[in-house]
Amino acid sequence: MAARQPNEPQAQPPQDTVRSLLAELWRDRLQPSRPGSGRETSAGRVIHAALFLTATLSAFVTIGIVLVLIFETVEFFREVPFLDFFGSTKWSALFAEKQFGVWALVWGTGMIALIGLVVAIPLGLMAAVFLSEYAPPRVRAIVKPILEILAGVPTVVFGYFALVSVSPVIRDIFGQDVGIYNALSAGIVVGLMIVPIIASLSEDAMRAVPRSLREGAYALGSTRMEVSLRVVLPAAFSGVVASIILAASRAVGETMAVTIAGGGNPQFGVNPLEAVQTMTAMIVQLSLGDTPTTSIEFKVLFAVAMTLFVLTLVMNIVAQWVSRRFREEYE
Amino acid sequence: MARNFFTMMKSTAPSATEPSTAERTVAPPPPSMKQDAAAGVGVHLDPTLEAVRHDFTEEVEMALELRDVSAFYGSFQAIDRITLPVPRNRVTALIGPSGCGKSTLLRCFNRMNDLIPGARITGRIDFGGRNLVDPNVDAVEVRRRIGMVFQKPNPFPKSIYENVAFGARINGYSGDMDRLVEDSLRRAALWDEVKDELDKSGLALSGGQQQRLCIGRAIAVQPEIILMDEPASALDPVATLKIEDLMRELAEDYTIVVVTHNMQQAGRVSDYTAFLLAGEERVGRLVEFGPTQDIFTNPLDQRTEDYITGRYG
Repeated sequence: MAARQPNEPQAQPPQDTVRSLLAELWRDRLQPSRPGSGRETSAGRVIHAALFLTATLSAFVTIGIVLVLIFETVEFFREVPFLDFFGSTKWSALFAEKQFGVWALVWGTGMIALIGLVVAIPLGLMAAVFLSEYAPPRVRAIVKPILEILAGVPTVVFGYFALVSVSPVIRDIFGQDVGIYNALSAGIVVGLMIVPIIASLSEDAMRAVPRSLREGAYALGSTRMEVSLRVVLPAAFSGVVASIILAASRAVGETMAVTIAGGGNPQFGVNPLEAVQTMTAMIVQLSLGDTPTTSIEFKVLFAVAMTLFVLTLVMNIVAQWVSRRFREEYE
Repeated sequence: MARNFFTMMKSTAPSATEPSTAERTVAPPPPSMKQDAAAGVGVHLDPTLEAVRHDFTEEVEMALELRDVSAFYGSFQAIDRITLPVPRNRVTALIGPSGCGKSTLLRCFNRMNDLIPGARITGRIDFGGRNLVDPNVDAVEVRRRIGMVFQKPNPFPKSIYENVAFGARINGYSGDMDRLVEDSLRRAALWDEVKDELDKSGLALSGGQQQRLCIGRAIAVQPEIILMDEPASALDPVATLKIEDLMRELAEDYTIVVVTHNMQQAGRVSDYTAFLLAGEERVGRLVEFGPTQDIFTNPLDQRTEDYITGRYG
């Protein structure tokens, strides 16, 4: 042992007595775990396997879900022509004369997501600019976590909030013949829901902009507003756009609030004051009913879910691509 | 005029932190001082505070006049009562070892330290009849008239054209922008290299080109003074030489103050040199100021001589 000591990483200079003592104590424990020695390996293997399983479990679940989606979607398209699904804007899955024009649902989803983004982009970006460029550190330390808590509010609360608080205001403004369930109300609460995503991620991106860039802009006689909006925000462009796309993807996938507040009216109209139905809300509606598992209404669920899945997947990939493609490297 | 200014400064008593200008002129200088001043040689009043000043060999107007400028970061004092003139249309170098406060001093000239929480400046910096460290003076206006080039090139992630146009745009320039961009880039000795690729990102240029772009960007705002904080320290020798040539050319139209670690550089580019040094307590003070040639060939303070001969720093 003594002869090997110089090669041991634990061996410390002699004056460092505590550490060398610790090194002595640990050496015996560390050595057996090296490959080839017998102790700890059985327990180690169990732990290793358990850790591997937990790490891969979610991956397997995802793969399973995708496989089921694909399988059932293929089943659906055996009975309904592809063009009836993707080539039509009429949806009436629960009527006697069934129509499966998914664009009615995609439209409803898109409209609510769009309204949500119109609400959330200005609010989120202004919040991000404030937190990153204006707020003193102490204010930021308080405000940012509060903003992020907003992201943790159960979405059913937002749905209820839309019905009891937002819709009445909309009716006060646009007249009482506007329904309590409408796209605008649902869109606004979805917007509020995604503000924290945009604000928090954009703020991270803006804070990552090097200080030297801000100083360069200030040195040219810029005001704080000009530095924030004309230098820092554009320099953080990739992160900001990625945050918006992620927020949009979240809005598209949002379920509870739009099911409660959006109404259940799959339609292809431009009026945001009318009720719409999103893909997610339709899935809820069909799943809650007593739809037989062999029926076409049941199978269309999977086709819609597949559409939704592909849509949000593409958005997430685009977000990642944008954030990598447009990232500026500042050494 | 310049001579009067210096005679007056030499007579300053090194007591209060912020004595009024009136007090200074009224206070009678000690007899010995007068004699030395008449002899044309700077005097050392207090080795810890009073700097040696060489007489000026030329008549020159002052772009800036500092009086008892101190700067603090919170409770830490970075520079102590620096009194210094900055001659117009000349290159003035601030030299000294690391941590002597030369960058801090430079950043007082355009109120850049305002951006650091807890930083404050006392004293006076006369700039066109106004005290630019006065909190009532708009720092944004000061920075428009006093440009700055930084140690590391920091072009904006925008096109070359937009980098140059940025300052002019935010300051409401309404003339011919293409012309301004071309003129500024020509003056920054970069036009010929980039004229065909003005849409390219400023970040795509080499380090030396980036720094010249930053100089062009500063010129486009048409400042009176350009501050340079070790502008060549991140560049290779060839790029450094280009920046130095450029500084000489720019001095015809602008007042330039350059912080540099590089003594040869200070010798090559500057007309005047100020030597700063921080003592044990890390507070930077002015040791000696004068025409660069005098400082380098005939330093009056032993510490200046030690520094320029490379004995420390």
